[in-house]
Amino acid sequence: MRTWVARQAWLIDFTVGSLARRKTKNLGLWLVYATLVFVLASVALYTQALRLEAAAVLAHSPEVIVQRLVAGRHDLIPPGYLERMGRIRGVQKREGRLWGYYYDPVLKANYTFMVPPDAGVARGTLVVGPALERERGLARENGISFRAYSGRLFSFTVADVLPAATELMSADLVLMHEEDFRAFFEYPAGHFTDIALSVANPREVRTVAAKVAAALPDSRPILREEVLRTYASILDWREGLVLAVLSGALLAFAILAWEKASGLSAEERREIGILKAVGWETGDVILMKFWEGALISGSAFLAGYLAAYLHVFRFGATLFEPVLKGWSVLYPRFELVPAIDGLQVATLFLLTVFPYTAAVLVPIWRAAVTDPDSVMRQ
Amino acid sequence: MIELSGIRKVFNQSRHNEYRALDGIDLFLAGRQITALSGPSGSGKTTLLTLIGCLARPTAGRVRLRGEDISGLPERFLTEIRRRTFGFVFQQFNLVRGLSAVDNVMLPAYPLGPTHRELRDRAEALLARLHLADRRDARVEWLSGGEQQRVAIARALINDPEIVIADEPTANLDTALAKAFMGILEELHAEGRTVILTSHDPLVTGSVAVHRVVALRDGRIVPP
Repeated sequence: MRTWVARQAWLIDFTVGSLARRKTKNLGLWLVYATLVFVLASVALYTQALRLEAAAVLAHSPEVIVQRLVAGRHDLIPPGYLERMGRIRGVQKREGRLWGYYYDPVLKANYTFMVPPDAGVARGTLVVGPALERERGLARENGISFRAYSGRLFSFTVADVLPAATELMSADLVLMHEEDFRAFFEYPAGHFTDIALSVANPREVRTVAAKVAAALPDSRPILREEVLRTYASILDWREGLVLAVLSGALLAFAILAWEKASGLSAEERREIGILKAVGWETGDVILMKFWEGALISGSAFLAGYLAAYLHVFRFGATLFEPVLKGWSVLYPRFELVPAIDGLQVATLFLLTVFPYTAAVLVPIWRAAVTDPDSVMRQ
Repeated sequence: MIELSGIRKVFNQSRHNEYRALDGIDLFLAGRQITALSGPSGSGKTTLLTLIGCLARPTAGRVRLRGEDISGLPERFLTEIRRRTFGFVFQQFNLVRGLSAVDNVMLPAYPLGPTHRELRDRAEALLARLHLADRRDARVEWLSGGEQQRVAIARALINDPEIVIADEPTANLDTALAKAFMGILEELHAEGRTVILTSHDPLVTGSVAVHRVVALRDGRIVPP
C-alpha cells in the first residue's frame, strides 16, 4: 500500500513538473476550460437560485386563485360569487382580492396596486415596494400623487416601505386601503379582482379546484403549483435561451480544448518513448497522463465553479442578469440565497471533466502502446 | 547469461516495404563482460541491442536470460525485466528536456515507488560519483554533451541493473570524452556488471576494456 501511494506521489510529482514545462499550452487550456465551466455554472446557479427564490416567496401565496373569465379574458368577480361558490370542504379561508395595474408616466413603468387582506393600510396612505422607493425617491411621510385612468388626481402619503427581502415579488407593489382602491380604479362595490382560497391539505387542492369549476362554470381556478411551474418554465426557457446564444462560442471553446488536449506534440511522444524505454509500463504512462488531465480539468472546474458562485451570489450575475432576470423598468434588487444543487454540480462535472479526461487518454493510450524500441531509432 | 538462437527481426512484415534487420542470429553473451556489437550503419546492431534489452520482441527465434525464455513474454513482464535487469544509455542520451539532472536520473525508479529520501540520496550519490554533484539541479539542456552522457549513465544505474546497455555511446563525444566514457565502463565492469554496447568507433572496439567484439553485417554475424 505504501509503495502504491509512493508510486502515485512520484507520478503526480512528474505530472506537475510536466505541466509546468508546457505551461503556455496548459495555461491556455486551463483558462478555456475554466471559462467554459464558469459560463455554464453561472447560468445554472443563477436560474436555480431564481427558481428557489420564487418558490420561497410563493410558498406563502394562496393554494388556489379563482378568476372569472368573460370571452376568454379575465374579468371582475361580481357580487355574490363568494356566496355562490358555497362551502367547499377542505377550504380554510376564502377571500375576494383587489388588485390592478397602473402605468406611471413619470417612470414609464407599471405598478401593481393592491389591497392587503389584513386591511393594514389607513385611508389616504400607501405602502410601497422597494423599487418604487428607490426609483421615485420616496420615503416615509412623503406625499405622492397619481392621476387615475378617469383623469382625477389622487394624493397619498407614504406610510411604509416593504422589506427588501421580498423585493423579487414586491418591487413594483403599492398597497392601499380598499376604499382608496375602489375610488382610484372606479371599482363597483362588491366586485373583486379575483378570489384566493387557502387549502390546508395539499392533496385536496385539485379536488377543491374541480369543485370551484363545477360551482362557477365561468371561473378559472389557478393552482399555486401551476404558478410555480410557470415560473420554472420561464426560467428554464431563459436558461435555454442564454445557452443557445452562447452555444456557438461554447462549442468553439470546447473544440479548441479538445483539439489542444487530444493532440500530442512530437516532444510529448518522444517523452513517452523515453519513459517506456527506461522501464515505465504502458499503465504508468496512462496513469501519469490521467493525473495530468485530472489536475487540469479538476482545478479548472473548481476555479470555474467558484468564480461562477462568486459571480452569481456576490456580484449579482452581472453578465447574464438582463437576460435571465427578464426585462423591466423597475428592476427588483435582491440578494439571492446561495444554493448549490448536488445533481447539477455532478452533471456539470460529468459533462466537462469526463470528456476532457477521455480526450487526453485516448491519444496517450495510442502513443503508449507503441514499442519502446522506437526511442532507440531517434 | 544471454543466449540468442535463430533470431530474425523483420520490420513492416508482408508489406511492400518489408525490411529484414536480423536474419538468423545465434549468440551467447557471457556475464560480467564488456561486449561490443560492431558493424556499419544498417548492419542490425541496434536492432539486436533492442532485442537483448527487452525493448522489442524478435519476429522469430528465442532470447534467453539466465536460461529463461523471455522472447514470448507479454509487455508487462518484459517491462518488469527491463526495469530491474537493464540500464540503458542511448545514443542521443534521450534525457527529458526541462527536467533537472537529478530528476532525469530518478525517472526509471518512479514506478517502483521508493521513498523520496531514499531515491533522492541514490540519485545524488550516482551524480557525485560521475562528478556531476554541482550540476544536479541544472536543467539537462544546459549541460554539455559529456555531462549529458554522464547523466544518462547515472539514470541507467539508478535501479542498480545487472546489465548496462549502451547504443553508440561515443558517437557524439570527442576523443577525450570517449576515453573518459571507456573509463566509466571499466568501473562498471569492476563492480561486476555486464555491459553490452554497439559501436563502430575503433576507439571502443579497439579498447582493452572491451572483452569481446561481435561483428555484424546485413543482419548476420560475421567474423570480426
